[in-house]
Amino acid sequence: MNVRIDPAQQASALALHEPINVSRRRFLAGTAVGALVLGFGLPLGTTRVQAAVAAATAERGTQVPAFLEIRPDNRVRLLCPFMEGGQGTFTAMAQIVGEELDADPATFLVEAAPPGEAYVVMENGMRITGGSMSVRMSYPVMRRLGALARAMLLQAGAQKLGVPVSELSTEPGKVMHAKSGRSLAYGELAEHAMDLPVPDPASVQLRDPSQFRWIGKPVKRVDAYDKSTGKALYSIDLKVDDMLHAAVQHAPRLGMTVGNLRNEEQVKAMKGVHSVHRLPGAVAVVAERWWHAKRAVEAIQVDWQEPTADSKVRPMPANFSSDAWLKRLADDKGPARDDENEGDVAAVLASAKTRIDATYHNQYLNHGQLEPPSALARFNPDGSLEVWLPNQAPDMFRADIAKRTGLDPSRITLHSPLLGGFFGRHFLYDAASPYPQAIELSKAVGRPVKLIWSREEEFLRDVLRPVAAVNFRAALDNDGWPLAIEAISATEGPTEALAGKQGEKLDPTALEGLSGKSYAIPNKRIAQIYAKGPAMLGYWRSVGNSLNDFFYESFLDELADKGGKDPFELRLHLLRDNQRLTTLLHAVGELSGGWKRGPFTAADGSKRARGVAMASPFGTQTAVIAEVSIEHGQVKVHDIWQAIDPGSIVNPAIVEAQVNGAVALGLSQTLVEEAVWIDGKPRARNYDLYPILPPARMARVHVRVVESGEKMGGIGEPPLPAVAPAVANAVATLTGQRVRSLPMSRHTFT
Amino acid sequence: MELRINQKTYQVDADADTPLLWVIRDDLGMTGTKYGCGLAQCGACSVLVDGNVVRSCVTPVAGVVGREVTTIEAIEADDVGKRVVSTWVDLQVAQCGYCQSGQVMAATALLKQNPKPSDAQIEAAMVNLCRCGTYNAIHAAVHELAGKGDA
Repeated sequence: MNVRIDPAQQASALALHEPINVSRRRFLAGTAVGALVLGFGLPLGTTRVQAAVAAATAERGTQVPAFLEIRPDNRVRLLCPFMEGGQGTFTAMAQIVGEELDADPATFLVEAAPPGEAYVVMENGMRITGGSMSVRMSYPVMRRLGALARAMLLQAGAQKLGVPVSELSTEPGKVMHAKSGRSLAYGELAEHAMDLPVPDPASVQLRDPSQFRWIGKPVKRVDAYDKSTGKALYSIDLKVDDMLHAAVQHAPRLGMTVGNLRNEEQVKAMKGVHSVHRLPGAVAVVAERWWHAKRAVEAIQVDWQEPTADSKVRPMPANFSSDAWLKRLADDKGPARDDENEGDVAAVLASAKTRIDATYHNQYLNHGQLEPPSALARFNPDGSLEVWLPNQAPDMFRADIAKRTGLDPSRITLHSPLLGGFFGRHFLYDAASPYPQAIELSKAVGRPVKLIWSREEEFLRDVLRPVAAVNFRAALDNDGWPLAIEAISATEGPTEALAGKQGEKLDPTALEGLSGKSYAIPNKRIAQIYAKGPAMLGYWRSVGNSLNDFFYESFLDELADKGGKDPFELRLHLLRDNQRLTTLLHAVGELSGGWKRGPFTAADGSKRARGVAMASPFGTQTAVIAEVSIEHGQVKVHDIWQAIDPGSIVNPAIVEAQVNGAVALGLSQTLVEEAVWIDGKPRARNYDLYPILPPARMARVHVRVVESGEKMGGIGEPPLPAVAPAVANAVATLTGQRVRSLPMSRHTFT
Repeated sequence: MELRINQKTYQVDADADTPLLWVIRDDLGMTGTKYGCGLAQCGACSVLVDGNVVRSCVTPVAGVVGREVTTIEAIEADDVGKRVVSTWVDLQVAQCGYCQSGQVMAATALLKQNPKPSDAQIEAAMVNLCRCGTYNAIHAAVHELAGKGDA
């Protein structure tokens, strides 16, 4: 069986039980009851369907009715394979599809698509919103989707007007017949058009990029008004009839279990309390109001039990300290596995006249997205389950819920509302999300339950950005140029942390940013000492690059200093055979008014300096210059200039906004932010002890986009990694102090 | 108790110390005002009480009896609020949007009290956190509203 949808067959199958508006019905067929798309009603999990999925030959992104509904008022509803969490993917998809459909992106209503094979549109065969992949991995497929829909509208127009399709053209939102001067709005044609067979994907012609109206233009975001007026709905805002609210108190350390509740009866008698529940590693209160649930659950006195040997989660030991862990990493002597090894590093280091050694480390970080996690679960009378939850991977979450509940995936409807920030927070992290608890509570009370984690519970269970300690060794030649570099990182990457063990191959998310550098240094070795720690780790915006580019690009400046080279000139020298990066480095230099290292005295009398750094994250190239001064012993960042080459882009305004946002997060981890753990517990449970960058510490940001025409790269994450080293290099020039750990609030500067 | 919110009168059955935020969100079903921290750290819950911006997550509901509360739901009913929203959209301030209700409320309160704030007054008033890092866009929007053009 082929999983490609035959629209005619699908329509006739549905006519049996859904005698309503056809285009609407067809739309739903491909979406809300997504399992039908796969199996035509066959229960998933049967060998037949699995075989069909395995043998699927349907081309990605060709099931037009699953994605698009054009309403009688000409508004285009697009079900987007990617989640909107601020990065602008809903707008980008409206531009890309609208360009080929010939419909103004401003007429689009965009929502997140449900789980389902139909929405796997990325060239890597995945469906996640992460890795800065959405646009770059689906761009041609989503263009073709728009073109296929346009072809169907043209066909419908030809039938309705009784003319050959070759005589028709389109203008935004309508089919035109120039000969007779007649036209039909898409909204008039859509119902019929969506019942036509989807044309052969190879038969549609894509628009010549020179004719683009919306791709490449600063099109306004589709969500700007709703987000400026409180109308945008996030998971935390949702409600359904008869819903109860829930709050939890987690065990102080992951892996501990619930023992005796000393005051259960008193808590049950508290105002508004519906019931008290024991959950794995947590207690919960269900109440008529969330405030009542929160107050009651925080009042419960629990005798927490130490983790047992068969704990299903990574147990947090009572003596874990993040500072001690970082020291242990720095002292870790191996064994190390090589990721890159070129030339003869050992021999060059052994015989070098000029050697530079240094040890760097970074800090744990929380995601700190402003929307606390929540989940709403409802069991319907027929036993099916609906869940509303923030997520970056709907199919993975649905599969997980199926596993946890024993329900067939076809009985689970998963809704993916807007994300109130994510930065990597909403991947599948066992024990770090409220939905398993919400489902269990809803089942227990027989009513829909919305569970919100308080900010304090979020800080307790959020997964952490990984830490590493890197021991560098390098050698210079007689002219002061780098001859060899070795970086041995003691670390655990997020992917291997989630797997619970190191894989056959090295975890690329552990070393990216140390590996993959383009500098022409003839002898180099990049290696990892796998150091499995007690903390639960996750992905954080720009992942491995968020730490590794800080290490490498700072150490590179140490080599420049030792060899008597200017750091900008050193990079140009090491990139002399790389035209793309040479162009980029010159671009950021020009943007900043010409490379000027300093120290110098600014117009306001302050002493300042500039630093430079580069990074190559997620298929994109970046170069950053930072200007700093010292105020009251702390670093003040005045300006960040960033040149970014993602190959080509879809929306320059959103790119600029993403650079600003990534710079803010980059400055936050550079200047103020760290998750400190003492005695197995996080020191901070809220923003009072976990500072994130406040407005007063934001820098001015200047952006230059360089479109080299190379393969399209990512946008959301790439502008972050070069920020920290550019700042650190500027600080070293200004103060003579080399910062080898973050955040800078741990250091004092003079 | 009786509350005045967005020019309407509501009867609410809540304990005196219940934070205004949760009365607005759960009792009255207006979800534009956001819960971020519950500790007056982030400002996502900002509302106006008699024209002053307050953090509703730490404001006991009893404290606003007899006062006029304005939430983001009524922001466009106010001339200044309408201009703020319009500028927020023009300058494409929002990213994830979660903090922006509070940011719009803070900007509206500032500009209603002082249509031409100085840079220092803007910096003192616009202190809500934004994890997406829209600070420069917020800064540009408030400067434009204050008649300073691009800043």
